[in-house]
Amino acid sequence: MTIKDSRRSKLIYTIAAWTISGMIFFPILWTLITSFKTEAEAISASPSLYAFDWTLENYRDVLSRSPYFNHFWNSVVISLGSSLLGLLIAVPAAWSMAFVQTKKTKHLLMWMLSTKMLPPVGVLIPIYLLFRDFALLDTKLGLVIVMTLINLPIMVWMLYTYFREIPNEILEASRMDGATIGEEIFHVLLPIALPGIASTLLLNVILSWNEAFWTLILTAANAAPLTAFIASYSSPEGLFYAKLSAASAMAIVPILILGWFSQKQLVRGLSFGAVK
Amino acid sequence: MGSITLKQVTKNFDEVNVIKPLDLEIKDGEFIVFVGPSGCGKSTLLRMIAGLEDTTSGNIEIDGIDATKTPPAKRGLAMVFQSYALYPHMTVRNNIAFPLKRAKVSPAEIESKIANAAKILNLTDYLDRKPGQLSGGQRQRVAIGRAIVRQPSAFLFDEPLSNLDASLRVNMRLEISELHKSLATTMTYVTHDQVEAMTMADRIAVFNAGIIEQVGTPLELYKNPVNKFVAGFIGSPKMNFIDAPQNEDANVSCIGIRPEHITLSTEQGTWAGTVGVIEHLGSESFLHINIEGKGTVTVKADGDCPLKYGDSIYLSAPADKVLKFDNNGLTIR
Amino acid sequence: MATTNSRTLARFMLLPSVILLLAWMIVPLCMTLYFSFIDYNLLVPGDKEFVGFLNYEFFLTDPAFFESFFNTLYLVTGVLLITICGGIGLAILLDQAIWGRNYVRIMVLAPFFVMPTVSALVWKNMLMNPVNGLFAHFAIWLGFEPIDFFAQMPLFSIIIIVSWQWLPFAALILLTAIQSLDREQLEAADLDGAGPFSKFFYIVLPHLSRAITAVILIETIFLLSIFAEILVTTSGGPGYSSTNITYLIYTQSLLQFDVGGGSAGGIVAVIIANIVAIFLMRLIGKNLEG
Repeated sequence: MTIKDSRRSKLIYTIAAWTISGMIFFPILWTLITSFKTEAEAISASPSLYAFDWTLENYRDVLSRSPYFNHFWNSVVISLGSSLLGLLIAVPAAWSMAFVQTKKTKHLLMWMLSTKMLPPVGVLIPIYLLFRDFALLDTKLGLVIVMTLINLPIMVWMLYTYFREIPNEILEASRMDGATIGEEIFHVLLPIALPGIASTLLLNVILSWNEAFWTLILTAANAAPLTAFIASYSSPEGLFYAKLSAASAMAIVPILILGWFSQKQLVRGLSFGAVK
Repeated sequence: MGSITLKQVTKNFDEVNVIKPLDLEIKDGEFIVFVGPSGCGKSTLLRMIAGLEDTTSGNIEIDGIDATKTPPAKRGLAMVFQSYALYPHMTVRNNIAFPLKRAKVSPAEIESKIANAAKILNLTDYLDRKPGQLSGGQRQRVAIGRAIVRQPSAFLFDEPLSNLDASLRVNMRLEISELHKSLATTMTYVTHDQVEAMTMADRIAVFNAGIIEQVGTPLELYKNPVNKFVAGFIGSPKMNFIDAPQNEDANVSCIGIRPEHITLSTEQGTWAGTVGVIEHLGSESFLHINIEGKGTVTVKADGDCPLKYGDSIYLSAPADKVLKFDNNGLTIR
Repeated sequence: MATTNSRTLARFMLLPSVILLLAWMIVPLCMTLYFSFIDYNLLVPGDKEFVGFLNYEFFLTDPAFFESFFNTLYLVTGVLLITICGGIGLAILLDQAIWGRNYVRIMVLAPFFVMPTVSALVWKNMLMNPVNGLFAHFAIWLGFEPIDFFAQMPLFSIIIIVSWQWLPFAALILLTAIQSLDREQLEAADLDGAGPFSKFFYIVLPHLSRAITAVILIETIFLLSIFAEILVTTSGGPGYSSTNITYLIYTQSLLQFDVGGGSAGGIVAVIIANIVAIFLMRLIGKNLEG
């Protein structure tokens, strides 16, 4: 193969890759563009990608007519709260399994993972009734609890695979150096595992932010995060494309940016270490 | 002070017995080397002394005080690991300071101790680097630095040189020996390399399958191995074992001769053989000679040995250098 | 590898996770099981009698169950087919030397981070709407009759939307797997005179098999529970034509308040998921050792 040939094949591959990825990205791009259009332009029969009067009116409308910030704040509290709470519970568990392995460790990990496979409808009614009885329906606390529990297995698993990469000898060295168990975890383990912990946190924020079963079922006006807020646009209000787009854009852009940062960890976390 | 006494110490992993009841007295200030093939239990025993592994039964005494149940942090020992086990997120300075901070030493004293250790170990210019930016030998020195600042009653080394390349290993060997002479602190050193054992040790404990075969000074082990295993393990190249000749006692099953004790002759000798591969090292040569019906023996000869592949040759050995072993592999005196 | 002290400590540190997950799994599941054997409707207070397997009988003989069972099957296999085939293609394309690979990667990955309600609404209204949707405009421009996606092919439309969401996941995992392929293997195949097709079928595809199984099984877990996309687009209709089991149970329990019937359905869903899960655990178990 000559250099000229390889340049030509690179060009062909590049064009193909950009075309296909452009098509995949298009619905998001289109949403972003439409969010800057007037409603009339948004449903125009000859839609344009750029030749229209750009306006921020839709964003103003969404923010002023609906408690958008409330819902945004709910999403932040629920996703960040459940991820931090989850870390608090998962880090000690992952430490145990990674550094004090017994014959049962593998079974325990498997069992934890198996809880993730329980379909939510299997426990829908009891959770709904329990939430009703404990006045947790439509509260942020209720959702933080549910999100923590459904993501706990993934957190433990991810942290476990990160911790496993830290040589046991380093922790033993700290023990020989006179560190207590607390000092061992805070001065040695956590700083070394920080990148892994950060990506675990990030991935869980993303998963909770986008969770759309429990958030739709357990919340109403008060604690609804953005997933449930956007769902309210499925009413005829959704036919106001420009406003729908503006609201959607505000719901997805923060997490899109977070997601692009954590794409590598995503593979690891979601494939449970089957693919690195 | 740094004497360590092991009394009837055993270790089981699940149901598997890896250390059989074992007694050993490590004297204060002594450099003792645990040597043996992999899986012989030498590293496990070291980790038990460190407190990183439980002792199944028996007692470990440090300075005469029973420390069997004492957690590692409280034993006053320092350990240097095979992988160095440096804290990757800390600078060299902080790595060395870590044990001092845990011991609540004052900052001024920490500074002076670090400076002192850095000077001894040639690390002064690297104090603000992270371990990832150091070479293997430098990392090793940081690990040693971290161990010496605590002024432990004894040092434990777990195959510390096995990740270094050959030339560095020779240098570090000397540095550790040097360190032992200047600190005069007890050192317990685990290795599978008998050259390290021979060159560094005051005393060597040869391990095999969970027991200590023999403890003694390097020369004792070289001259008077108690059995075939020790005889074969100590010395390089390995001792040659040959089936006992007809004229020996009935209870001699095998004789052993070190390659450096065999003399070659073109005219006469005890055995006749054919020269095989010759390894020329310059200062000396190792000849692999095939003796009809007895197998191949290794012979150490001069560097300018004139023999060639395929030559016929006679071998003999002085009677006082030949070791005799009985059916159980024990040396017959 | 550890001492008694650290083992005791480790047990304590495991405890919160184990207790929480045990509570999360066992308590509600037992309640569901209990509800599934009683006659319990939230609108009819009082009479909670034991009815044996009646709830199951009603649920399993309901034609809606069969329809939603097959809808679930079509949904899962349809999305799997599209995402795996598309994912392999994309992964191979992105593995080539191309200009701006990072930007391409970011674009391909983006749909995965879009919340299900947003993607369903954007597709439903702005792309697939028969009057104002972009696809309709495009069809008219080409001189065709626009398709009313959610009326004419509701399940297929949902399959398209869900596939769009999951294609990035499949592509990313398969790309990572392809990149771990030993280049020397391909070079050796080149020397042996293998063409691109035999290289794909004899080297690339076998290498990807583990990743493909992982994708299939992980996606299946999530796809069995598709909910939001149906809720905001078709609400399961017309009729039951786009209702899956998850959605059917939701309507029974929280729209018709039939706790007993919904619970029986929930248990059926758990059993179906378990059958899938057994395969998944086997796979992951193997990878744990490897």
